Amino acid sequence: MTFRNHTLWEVLQSAFSVPIWEKVVPAIWETLYMVVLSTIFTFIIGLLLGLVLVLTSKEGLHPVVWFNRLLGAIVNCLRSLPSMIMIIIMLPLARLILGKGYGANACIIALIASCVPMYGRLVENSLLEIQKGKIEAAKAMGIGSARILFTIMVPETLPSLIRSSTVAVVAVISMTALAGSFGAGGLGDIAVRFGFNRFQWDILIATVFVLVIMVQFVQLIGDLIAKLILKKRHLL
Amino acid sequence: MAKESFIEIIDLYKTFYSKDQDIEVLKNINIQIRKGDIFGVIGFSGAGKSTLVRCINRLEEPDKGYVRIGDQVITELSKKDLRIARRKIGMIFQSFNLFESKTVSENIAFPMQHIGYSKKEINEKVSRLLEIVNLSDKKNSYPGQLSGGQKQRVGIARALANDPDVLLCDEATSALDPQTTLSVLELLKDVNKKLGLTIIFISHEIDAIRYVCNHVAVIEEGTILEQGGVKEVFLHPKTSTSELFMKISNQMQENAWVEEGEGI
Repeated sequence: MTFRNHTLWEVLQSAFSVPIWEKVVPAIWETLYMVVLSTIFTFIIGLLLGLVLVLTSKEGLHPVVWFNRLLGAIVNCLRSLPSMIMIIIMLPLARLILGKGYGANACIIALIASCVPMYGRLVENSLLEIQKGKIEAAKAMGIGSARILFTIMVPETLPSLIRSSTVAVVAVISMTALAGSFGAGGLGDIAVRFGFNRFQWDILIATVFVLVIMVQFVQLIGDLIAKLILKKRHLL
Repeated sequence: MAKESFIEIIDLYKTFYSKDQDIEVLKNINIQIRKGDIFGVIGFSGAGKSTLVRCINRLEEPDKGYVRIGDQVITELSKKDLRIARRKIGMIFQSFNLFESKTVSENIAFPMQHIGYSKKEINEKVSRLLEIVNLSDKKNSYPGQLSGGQKQRVGIARALANDPDVLLCDEATSALDPQTTLSVLELLKDVNKKLGLTIIFISHEIDAIRYVCNHVAVIEEGTILEQGGVKEVFLHPKTSTSELFMKISNQMQENAWVEEGEGI
């Protein structure tokens, strides 16, 4: 259905009709599959990356300046690539790993590669928000670096870490939609195939609607958890 | 008889290097502190007193010099041994530095964890420390619920967790109102007497130093101008800075009277 021969009202009605959603719902599941898996891996690898960046920095608990600079430079290089180009670059790598350079799983690898550097930086920034005095107090007690990192820095900055994670999930969702047009399937795929190529505005509207709801939901949950933690600590 | 002093600092130097200029923060510091003393270090902002106290537990690494606490030469310890030695050097701060993600009990228990105490021992110790600092009713509160004075009491309890020999106080009362300052000073006196704890008390507040310390060193531009008994230093000051501190203290009290008299 296009605007050329239908009114806006008719297109909107069609966007929420059964035949459209018979196409959209499977796409939602595909998108969720990619988002959830990419997010899990991004969180694990990105968290490690952020911790290492903070730990080895010049002012960090265990400074290894050359390593920190090298790692920082690599992260910056990866971050300067637009995500579309990142996906194109990562697909051959996915073929090496999975034996298949297309499909949802291949795109998950591309998504992880392009989200990890961003999430690593977000984690780094969140951890650096800690008041230096708290680390000093722990040092003065004779606490070792690993314990300071995991039992002081991470819990003290948890609300900020959760907010950063929310930003990361939203980025993963939008990048997943983009990956759709590279044969990954999901909402991005039907938005391009039907909405863009065949001017089916009703499908486009339906996919946008779903994406907006997803992002809102993630943001809401993230904000809520961060707020609950701050409330529990009486910092709000 | 060098062993007569419990803490000994000899020829301590510290310079902060930066691009523009190098600042010699501590020069030729020599201090002897007896066991059970409350030793004050007083100086204006930027005099180097905080750096001095941080050199004692090597939060700041001195360039040159010798620091001994008891039988342990702090400046010669390896990193690992320093960590163990720090358990016996308590420290409290101007900004309290409590862990906001942990309750009052968890804050106090934190230094005792993972060094061989059982849960039961830790719990008992925490209850006892809470009694000492008079905060038993706040044990499950978060630092965010406490007033400044209460936070510093938790800080003190936390610093006492591993039965330290020394307590370093870095501007411990400078962020508190006069009444709370007084109660924290009382508490410090109390633990000094009860536990035989040696205390090093850094401050720019002459009245706090006079109230709590028995010995004092006056520091300016990284050197110690004079040191000795509190009375001796402030009643018969040998340097202009010590005299100035006394004058400030007296003037404040005098001005208070004048204002009251001329209030109408």
